[in-house]
Amino acid sequence: MTNQPDNSQNPVSFSREADILRFTTAGSVDDGKSTLIGRLLYEAGGLYDDHLASLRGDSKRLLREGMDLSFVTDGLKIEREQGITIDVAYRYFSTPRRNFIIADTPGHEQYTRNMATGASTADLAIVLVDVSRGVTIQSRRHAFIASLLGIRHMVIAVNKMDLVGYQEEAFLKVRKEFESFSTRLSIPDLEYIPVSALCGDNIVSHSDKMPWFQGIPLLKHLENVRIVGDRNLIDLRFPIQSVLRAPNGVRHYAGRLASGVVRVGEDVLILPSHRKTRVKGLTVAGAEEGMAFAPQSIALTLEDEIDIKRGDMVVRAGNMPKISREMEAILVWMDRVPLQTGKVYAIKHTTQTIKASVSRLHFVIAPATLSRSPAGVLQLNDIGRVSLSLFKPLFCDEYSRNRYTGSFIMIDPLTNMTVAAGMVIERGSGAASTLLSAEDQSKNRNIHPQEGDVIGLDRKRLLRQNPATVWLTGLSGSGKSSIAFALEKKLIAAGHVCYVLDGDNLRSGLNRDLNFSPESRRENIRRVAEVARLFNEAGIIIVVSFISPYREDREQARKIIGIDRFLEVHVDAPLSVCEQRDPKGLYKKARAGLIAEFTGVSSPYEPPEKPACFLKTGEESVEACAGQVWELLVNGKFLESHD
Amino acid sequence: MENYRLSQLRLLEAESIDIIREVASSVERPVLLYSVGKDSSVLVHLAQKAFHPAPLPFPLLHVDTTLKFKEMYEFRDRFVRSIGAELRVHGSSEVAGTRINPWALGTVKCCSIFKTQALLGAMKEGKYDAAFGGARRDEEKSRAKERVFSFRDEFGQWDPQNQRPELWGLYNTLVNKGESLRIFPLSNWTELDIWQYIHLEKIPVVPMYFAKERDMIVREGRLIPMDGPIPLKDGERPEKVMCRFRTLGCYPCTGAVRSTAATIPAIIEELMSVRDSERITRLIDHDQDASMEQKKREGYF
Repeated sequence: MTNQPDNSQNPVSFSREADILRFTTAGSVDDGKSTLIGRLLYEAGGLYDDHLASLRGDSKRLLREGMDLSFVTDGLKIEREQGITIDVAYRYFSTPRRNFIIADTPGHEQYTRNMATGASTADLAIVLVDVSRGVTIQSRRHAFIASLLGIRHMVIAVNKMDLVGYQEEAFLKVRKEFESFSTRLSIPDLEYIPVSALCGDNIVSHSDKMPWFQGIPLLKHLENVRIVGDRNLIDLRFPIQSVLRAPNGVRHYAGRLASGVVRVGEDVLILPSHRKTRVKGLTVAGAEEGMAFAPQSIALTLEDEIDIKRGDMVVRAGNMPKISREMEAILVWMDRVPLQTGKVYAIKHTTQTIKASVSRLHFVIAPATLSRSPAGVLQLNDIGRVSLSLFKPLFCDEYSRNRYTGSFIMIDPLTNMTVAAGMVIERGSGAASTLLSAEDQSKNRNIHPQEGDVIGLDRKRLLRQNPATVWLTGLSGSGKSSIAFALEKKLIAAGHVCYVLDGDNLRSGLNRDLNFSPESRRENIRRVAEVARLFNEAGIIIVVSFISPYREDREQARKIIGIDRFLEVHVDAPLSVCEQRDPKGLYKKARAGLIAEFTGVSSPYEPPEKPACFLKTGEESVEACAGQVWELLVNGKFLESHD
Repeated sequence: MENYRLSQLRLLEAESIDIIREVASSVERPVLLYSVGKDSSVLVHLAQKAFHPAPLPFPLLHVDTTLKFKEMYEFRDRFVRSIGAELRVHGSSEVAGTRINPWALGTVKCCSIFKTQALLGAMKEGKYDAAFGGARRDEEKSRAKERVFSFRDEFGQWDPQNQRPELWGLYNTLVNKGESLRIFPLSNWTELDIWQYIHLEKIPVVPMYFAKERDMIVREGRLIPMDGPIPLKDGERPEKVMCRFRTLGCYPCTGAVRSTAATIPAIIEELMSVRDSERITRLIDHDQDASMEQKKREGYF
């Protein structure tokens, strides 16, 4: 017997092969949150008769009217007595398409920490707005916390449409109101759905009372939203959880893949020793496999005898996390005793627990207004930005890139209480703008195509391609432009629509106000990235040929264009070769001191750490290099239409 | 991307294994509370996977009320022997001699002595600082509120309003001497997941879960098994009923359900159309409002 799905009609296979969507809700009885959850459970058949009966009994005892579905989720006696939600409750239901875990959290300010807890493992957040009351502080707080915790999919459920006669105007008003707030958040996929949880409108099927609504009903949306792409399968990060010793003496390194994919036979690097070795064998949940991917629990054996212990991390030599004893982070404070700067706390990060202290509290942010205020203290439910000093280096990534190597908890060593949840952020990105970096706020709001995005699909079908941006970076004279135009020629000849954005042609027009200082280079890159994004949205493949010497700038471009569409290509030739070529005579001028801040001569070039493709122009022809990029596009399925 | 899809069961499996390993490498003396039921079977199976190819690094502990079904004892001994695990049985000997039973004492006191007090005694005696349990959040409403790593003070008490926040799968495992953790690796599993996983992995379970004709007392619609000296009311006599047990506890307090599901696929099919919850046949859940919450506060699982 195999483990393959046999037949969807067979009840044994039904839902076994389905995946899980975890979503969070926040609010109280007044918002209709409990009614909404009750409705979802009820429609999906997730409520048992004896539970319903006992709810009625409870309700009677507490003199409530009829059957109040809040009793479904409020599991503690005190919650039912007082009609409030205090802590996160987890509820489970499934439909033939998918299984669901609801993290149901309270919505009031004093429960910010519970909201953060529920959001930390969620794929999607349902933010409730009572259409008769408009966007409240609670809705804003929940949306902010959800985006802070890295939730990429959000549904604004505009509830109680029955109270406003199912009027489209009322819905649009709420939508507009919320949009003015959400533009300052980082939410790649945002949906607005008008519903009446009480009457069941737009929950399972289209409501005939709202024919003006062209979108997808709530439960259908939850069943279809795509989340596989949210996982980081690029950066191999395998924190060692424990070392198992087999009866034959062989050591197996066990743990859960935080991100990335690992294969038998591949070269890996161990942190902090920086020792290189190779994966000899691997097991997934005890069974031998050739490869594994996040978030599987696995165990590895390695070719070489190396001293490895819990807390060490397996990575790839060309793709390393940050290793640092200093860290910038957002903290959500969860303890009654406020943060004390300078005090020693324990930090649990992946499988490491180390000591650390907060060296500086920069500011506190109000979730409902997003306004920042310099603060001397971080108290229960406050959210603030801090600098941390660590007693030992941590191996971490930015939270927005990696939810599992970018997060940590802080523990008070005296009380053993978990006092804060932390998210690693890039130094400098938040201090200058708001809490979230500007690039995060502007990034790819419409890039991830949503289900039912007919226009985007039509374009792809029409052009028979999936737009991408090939980003050629390298020294002046390395051959970027030659490769770009060779590639363009090849694409056009094959019937694809593409265009080259060249450093020189943009600087002569759109960017002529910019010079070559680091600030101007950054703005230059930002504009190019935005232009590339617009072209991509129009369905066109873009080849960018820009020196773009700074890693951080290219990272910004990647975020603007969208992770899935950004292909970074390092056009590499030794400086001496470039200088010898010197097609525009620029090196000569730079050496003579006639050009200030010339990359490679008087200004640094930071090569990509993990380019999608690496071109050695000193050794290979322009044609061969263009061919390599072509292969990259073919393998990424950009040169075909697929719906 | 489709190659990297993880089904519900494999995702739950990965999460549970992570939890089990985390406990084993961060506390001093863990123990797995083995209660013979289907959830315990799954829990033990996951623990074996977590440490493969090494043996289980902790013993199994059965807190025995001495009121379990005969078939459960038979299964327990056979199962534990077959997997080569170490089983410790904590019988409530000092109270068992005085014939404690729910008919004489009422279910609240009986549970308190046999389960809560016995469990706390066993934890203390073995100096265990962490105990795994097979409880699931979908079973009961107060369980839905409990953390995966549930902190208990030195008296084993749960304080639901003062629980440690639990984010991302980063678990705070720190306890002082005398305090302990209860860990629930199956928190996010549902009854259906459990059965589908048992099917997928061919995990052995007590035969009482499968339907057959059994001698039962039918009382107010409930099916009461004749496994021990159940006091009968006037005119009551055992009759043959086609039934199965959906959940297993002590024989005086566990009822059966009418069913013809004699195989795992049949049980799964039955569960998908069933209208009552799993624990409806567990009398102790219905003693009073919030009875499970109360028991947990006092140290019960």
